[in-house]
Amino acid sequence: MSTALAEMPRSIPAFRLACVAKCRNLKKTYGKVVALRDLDLQIHAGELLALLGPNGAGKTTLVRMLLGLARPDSGSVSVLGSDPHLGHVQTRVGAMLQVGRVPETLKVREHIDLFSSYYPAPLPIAETLKIAGLEDIKERPYGELSGGQKQRVLFGIALCGNPDLLFLDEPTVGLDVEARRLMWAQIRTLIGRGKTVLLTTHYLNEADALADRILVLDKGSIVAEGTSAEIKARAMGKQVRCTSRLSLEEVRQIPGVLGVKADRNAFELQVNAAEPVVRELLQRDSWLGDLEVTNAGLEEAFLALTQNHNTDASKGKN
Amino acid sequence: MASTTFPATLAVTRRSPARTIALFYKEAKYELLKNVRIPVYAVSTVAFPLMFYVLFGIVLGSGNPANRNEGAVYMLATMGCFGVMAVSLFGFGVGLAIERGQGWLQVKRASPMPIAAYFFAKLFSAVVFSTVIMLLLLAVGTAFGGVRLPLATAARLVGILVAGSIPFSSMGLAIGYFAKPNSAPAVVNLVYLPMAFCSGLWIPLFMLPHGLRVFANVLPPFHMSQLALNVVGMGMAPASTWRHVEGLLSFTLVCLGLAAWGYWRDEGKLYG
Repeated sequence: MSTALAEMPRSIPAFRLACVAKCRNLKKTYGKVVALRDLDLQIHAGELLALLGPNGAGKTTLVRMLLGLARPDSGSVSVLGSDPHLGHVQTRVGAMLQVGRVPETLKVREHIDLFSSYYPAPLPIAETLKIAGLEDIKERPYGELSGGQKQRVLFGIALCGNPDLLFLDEPTVGLDVEARRLMWAQIRTLIGRGKTVLLTTHYLNEADALADRILVLDKGSIVAEGTSAEIKARAMGKQVRCTSRLSLEEVRQIPGVLGVKADRNAFELQVNAAEPVVRELLQRDSWLGDLEVTNAGLEEAFLALTQNHNTDASKGKN
Repeated sequence: MASTTFPATLAVTRRSPARTIALFYKEAKYELLKNVRIPVYAVSTVAFPLMFYVLFGIVLGSGNPANRNEGAVYMLATMGCFGVMAVSLFGFGVGLAIERGQGWLQVKRASPMPIAAYFFAKLFSAVVFSTVIMLLLLAVGTAFGGVRLPLATAARLVGILVAGSIPFSSMGLAIGYFAKPNSAPAVVNLVYLPMAFCSGLWIPLFMLPHGLRVFANVLPPFHMSQLALNVVGMGMAPASTWRHVEGLLSFTLVCLGLAAWGYWRDEGKLYG
């Protein structure tokens, strides 16, 4: 474990804040499926780090390792300076996990009361209920709650112990827009209280709205890292759409084109800056038409990032 | 920034003994509340033994006025055993299988809950339900079945059967670690109904074929019910307490061994 500092991952910037959790060279395979490959990660005190990735990217596996619920095949995990499954770490960590079924006959207040009792210095129950927005439903059995309310109970369970570090695994999955906004507001409250949060999501706007820093995870590797603005910029600045007599290969050759795909009879180009590429296109093809230039949304950025990572698997098409 | 957030809680990472006791109490209390509020659980575990007792112990026996209360006393012991078994197997076995298989146990494992509190709560719930069943059976038997047991005898009967929660909870624990959440109720029903019958809980063993009588020796409800029947002087000759205790003890150890295997297999997958 005496790995030299030189081996630190190149993508992680010099950090200004204390590091509360660190993973190094994590590897995990389930049978033939590689869940994580050589993953490095640091969580800094007081930040909200979003782990963004499609289903099956390895997000939940990573969270389970940080919680001490799974052990890597190789590599190391340290949370608050210790092994994450030790008791004195667990008392300072809260987790919101995806769970199939929660005992339905217990009331909201009872669930919170029970989980609060597990911690040495929990928040007062009334405060937990307030932060998680459960005051009006505290006497309702869990089984009678709506999807959003159920997620809020799990959120309350995660924060009731007044932990320093929270792991929220897909906290808004399956929620409608309104419930999602409410959950976001509550997550921001946590940050306001100085908590450190790791959030996993496959909703791009969620990472965009909440995170100080985003890690894009795909097939068990981090494929991009930065603020959401940086991610957008790094991935794909603009999208150019046009019809052209040029072949796909000819378009791909144009300097500044990061990616191109044929969509019906048009091409869609991913570019950093649109102007030089459009100029070049017009020069090479006087028949060029239906020209459209749009900002790549985070959605496109994300797709591009994860697709680029798929090592040209889509090149063979067309 | 870090300095403003961490030291506030840094000092308190250990539970005080008082909080640990409160934790066990709450875990037990909410486990019990959870089960009491599940109609299927409460009804099937309490009502079934009571119903069988009324039908087989009281109604059936009332046709023969000469020894009318003999059946009622016999069935008090055996249906009590049946009830305790159901409570433990459903509460512990099915409950654990569901919570384990559907992720709830993992939420608890991610928290600082000691796993001992979780098992203690399930055993506590089984003990309370078992006691309720025994007291109800005793009340019905006394009121309608002509059962007249001295208080000390009744107390011993209840005590022995309630203690039966331990071997049957161990069995539940083993089932809970190996059965899938959806199949656990079926597994429990398939195991415990035939086992109860073959142990002589409905029909006394001497009325059953010889083969079954021999087979009964490996069945825990047989040993449990014999211990209970010995209390009311209706055990099979030769009455031997030690043989049955031994049988139950070995059974419990086998189940706990299986459960420990399941537990470590889980932990190995999760933590090891």
